[in-house]
Amino acid sequence: MTTSLLEKHRGLSERYGRMMEAGENAVGLTNDRIVSPTRALINGRETILAGTNNYMGITFDPDCIAAGKKALEEFGTGTTGSRIANGTYAMHGELERVLAGMLDRKHCIAFTTGYQANLGMLAGLAGPKDTVFLDADSHSSIYDGCALSGAKLVRFRHNDAADLDKRLARMEDDGGGRLVVVEGIYSMVGDRAPLDEFVEVKKKHEFELLVDEAHSFGVLGPNGRGLADEAGLEDDVDYVVGTFSKSVGAIGGFGAGNQDMFEMIRYASRPYMFTASASPASVATSIASIKKLQAEPERRTQLAKNSKRLFEGFRDLGLETGCDVVSPVIAVRCPDEPSTITMWNMLLAAGVYVNIALPPGTPGNICLLRCSVSAAHTDADIDRIIALFGEVVAAG
Amino acid sequence: MDARDQEIFDAVTELLGQFNAESIELKPETDISGDLNIDSVSVMDFVMEVEDKFDIDIPLNLLSETRTIAELINVVKTRSGA
Repeated sequence: MTTSLLEKHRGLSERYGRMMEAGENAVGLTNDRIVSPTRALINGRETILAGTNNYMGITFDPDCIAAGKKALEEFGTGTTGSRIANGTYAMHGELERVLAGMLDRKHCIAFTTGYQANLGMLAGLAGPKDTVFLDADSHSSIYDGCALSGAKLVRFRHNDAADLDKRLARMEDDGGGRLVVVEGIYSMVGDRAPLDEFVEVKKKHEFELLVDEAHSFGVLGPNGRGLADEAGLEDDVDYVVGTFSKSVGAIGGFGAGNQDMFEMIRYASRPYMFTASASPASVATSIASIKKLQAEPERRTQLAKNSKRLFEGFRDLGLETGCDVVSPVIAVRCPDEPSTITMWNMLLAAGVYVNIALPPGTPGNICLLRCSVSAAHTDADIDRIIALFGEVVAAG
Repeated sequence: MDARDQEIFDAVTELLGQFNAESIELKPETDISGDLNIDSVSVMDFVMEVEDKFDIDIPLNLLSETRTIAELINVVKTRSGA
């Protein structure tokens, strides 16, 4: 007798049931209406959004909306096809050129989502004869991209260049390529890769380096290009990956590089070839948004100011943050899953939405209430979030 | 189990202790993820400890066919050239 395929999810179902008994669906909350980049109506109540990754607060920018409307009217609701068939419009090329210009890279490929950008880049770069060394705390899209590539996967300790050095030295040279993958800002606790240390390892061992700037593109660096821009190490980074669903405020992702053969990823990468291209409205809003990120560096300055205000407010309350470095991702460590769920519900009921982050989606089995700061938050918003964390989390 | 197997078994079960929250008895046929009810990330963290203990690399793509402690012992022996 065969087993029901879904039976394997029995434990997950029980865990979900426990969460629902405690209150709202913390992993699928419905926004009934989005009022602004920092406000939504949830259960009939206007709620401060402090967990949306809407770093630049650009989602309601009038110019971006106008660009999206124009594209919708002129090019229709969807492309109904892949980039390698009928789904390449002039605007897809324009998006890639605008982005390549901002990144100061020769080549850029746009993907339909950020998740697919990592799948597409990793599967397009690495193959079964290659080895990918990935940071232990990498995003799931990196793990999944590595799995899709068929490459040998070696995991090194989080942000530990010495551990990478050891693993590179230990792995015999099998003649295949080597790719090291790190992230600009890690999405759960907000810490950054020590890029200078990894670049030092690169001088000792031969490998190519990919930096996923999903949470740092638009956010870090004098040109908003991410961690490598901030660290002044862009020449040492071979490939950049990023997303349009955070600072750009749309949906999609990208990979970029300077290599002559880079464009061949389009014809070798299944996540690029076998999915429909991004819709006209999304592509047009991405183009408008990226131009704004370049032209309006004050958004980054405001975001950094807001992030510092929230970080210091949490520290003053005595809360244990996920890391010691200020970034727009500011997570608060909680004792265990039941108390985290309870506090998340209390914060929501008091008028602030944050992300709940639970194992195995977090490093080291920690439970987090994760905030992401927006340039559109006002000082009053930040102070309200701090006050509510004081009432709910610090007092708890 | 020969002496080398026993040596690896002892080291592996000691490393597994911190992930075995329910203190389940560890045997060669114990399914590391299924029987101990530990999630995929914890399994990878445990394997990292095994790698460092034996100074070997165990690529993650080898793990899909490695479920029990006995199978892990064989991977350790193979990867360390024993």
